[in-house]
Amino acid sequence: MIDTQSKNSIIQIFRVYKKYGGKHALTDVTLDIPKNDSLLISGPSGAGKTTLLKLLYLAEKVSAGQVLVDGMNLARISRKRIPFLRRKLGIIFQDYKLIPTKTVFDNVAIVLEAMGTKRRLIQKKVKSVLRTVGMEERINSFPPILSGGEQQRVAVARAVVGDPIIILADEPTGSLDSDSANIIIELLKKFHTRGTTLVIATHDKELLNKIGGRIVHLKQGCLQPSA
Amino acid sequence: MILHYKRAIQDILDHKFLNAVTIITIAISILIVSAFALFFVNASDIISSWQKGVRIMAYLRPNIPHADIGALKLKIQDFYGVQNVKFISKEEGLQMLKDQMKRQPSLFVDLKENPLPDAFAIRMIPTSKNREKIEGLTTRLEALPEINDVEYGHRWLARFTNIFNLFKLTGFALGGLFSVAAVFIVANTIRLVLYTRREELEIMRLVGAADSFIKAPFYIEGIIQGALGGTIGLAVLFVTFLIVSSNVQQSFALDFFTVRFLSIKVYGTIIFCSTCVGWLGCYLSLKQFLKS
Repeated sequence: MIDTQSKNSIIQIFRVYKKYGGKHALTDVTLDIPKNDSLLISGPSGAGKTTLLKLLYLAEKVSAGQVLVDGMNLARISRKRIPFLRRKLGIIFQDYKLIPTKTVFDNVAIVLEAMGTKRRLIQKKVKSVLRTVGMEERINSFPPILSGGEQQRVAVARAVVGDPIIILADEPTGSLDSDSANIIIELLKKFHTRGTTLVIATHDKELLNKIGGRIVHLKQGCLQPSA
Repeated sequence: MILHYKRAIQDILDHKFLNAVTIITIAISILIVSAFALFFVNASDIISSWQKGVRIMAYLRPNIPHADIGALKLKIQDFYGVQNVKFISKEEGLQMLKDQMKRQPSLFVDLKENPLPDAFAIRMIPTSKNREKIEGLTTRLEALPEINDVEYGHRWLARFTNIFNLFKLTGFALGGLFSVAAVFIVANTIRLVLYTRREELEIMRLVGAADSFIKAPFYIEGIIQGALGGTIGLAVLFVTFLIVSSNVQQSFALDFFTVRFLSIKVYGTIIFCSTCVGWLGCYLSLKQFLKS
């Protein structure tokens, strides 16, 4: 059972298994992530990092075990409650996942629109967050004409605009040059210092060193003991 | 809500061709269904105006004493549904016939004796002017020994009513069929739009959009398609009606009734139904899509 005494934990993962067909993607993973923590999940490609993050935002369901996010038991959460879980999370995808037919503004605003925020406040917040990530100038641009680094900055803006309590980032610097990667690292650090919990899956050693925080290693779906 | 409307209108503009096809299909379906409705409304008017003029003629056997005719008249007057009974002697009958056939006086020149029988002209009370009651009275009259023959002048009206009812049934069946077809066409259009926007909708879900937030613009889109299709269909029918009705009125000199368009109530019902068709099509495709 999950340790209910861990009142400071924002994410609790207890004896989680994930299988795709007959193949184990995660085996007996147990993790406890306190509030305001910065957790880096490292490991080679195919180790199960992305799968672990997907379990946290319910893009996938666990095969066995339990996951608690901010007190919500994801095994028991109803379909209707999933959007409320996701609004607590800011998700950054390796492939950015921006909507190509919408402008930078609309891509970021969609989070607030989905939350039912008033239009005036949406304008104000989106502009403010785009200023923070240095994309205010490109507010009316469409994602396909932006560079990879710029797209990822928009993705970061979208992830943080709803004031999430946790940021989940899947290889946030994976396809970026070092300058763009540094900008993203600095942004993530900035949001972490504001009190947001960071969970980052990466195999980028530079990111691991620069961002700081607790590091856990995944290998073939199993958590490796710390060195 | 304004946001949902904006997104719905943007979607329609982004997929102009698909939406135009759907709206036109709904319009054609509505046009066919309402053309049937228009026919029924006017055919019903014709039938009821004919029924209002229904008169039963009861012809007497020859040589009925005049003294018995008064009693017989009172007897018939007491039958249920009878408003008034008028005795028409054979002489009066012949005079009426001559008046009606003024242009062919030669027909009566060689007439040696009056071939017409005495008769009663019976009018019914308005609430009894339906086929069943008229036929019931006819049967009772035929059973009277003094009556030789009963002519229900609009007997063919019964046959017409039967054909009309058959048409009505066909109309309902066709209307139902077209509505179902329209629902599936709307469902397919929305499904195609959903598939082209699959990735976008998935992203919206991942950033916390609830199903209702995703669905709302599509429902609005379906409702707009239905309402627009219905309005266009009725507008086309109205223009066609204006052109055709004046010709019909002139050609057939229909002075006993006026050809009329659908009432506001029927008009509203049709628009409401076409809006429901749009909504239902949307509901079906969204239900299936969001499940996947």
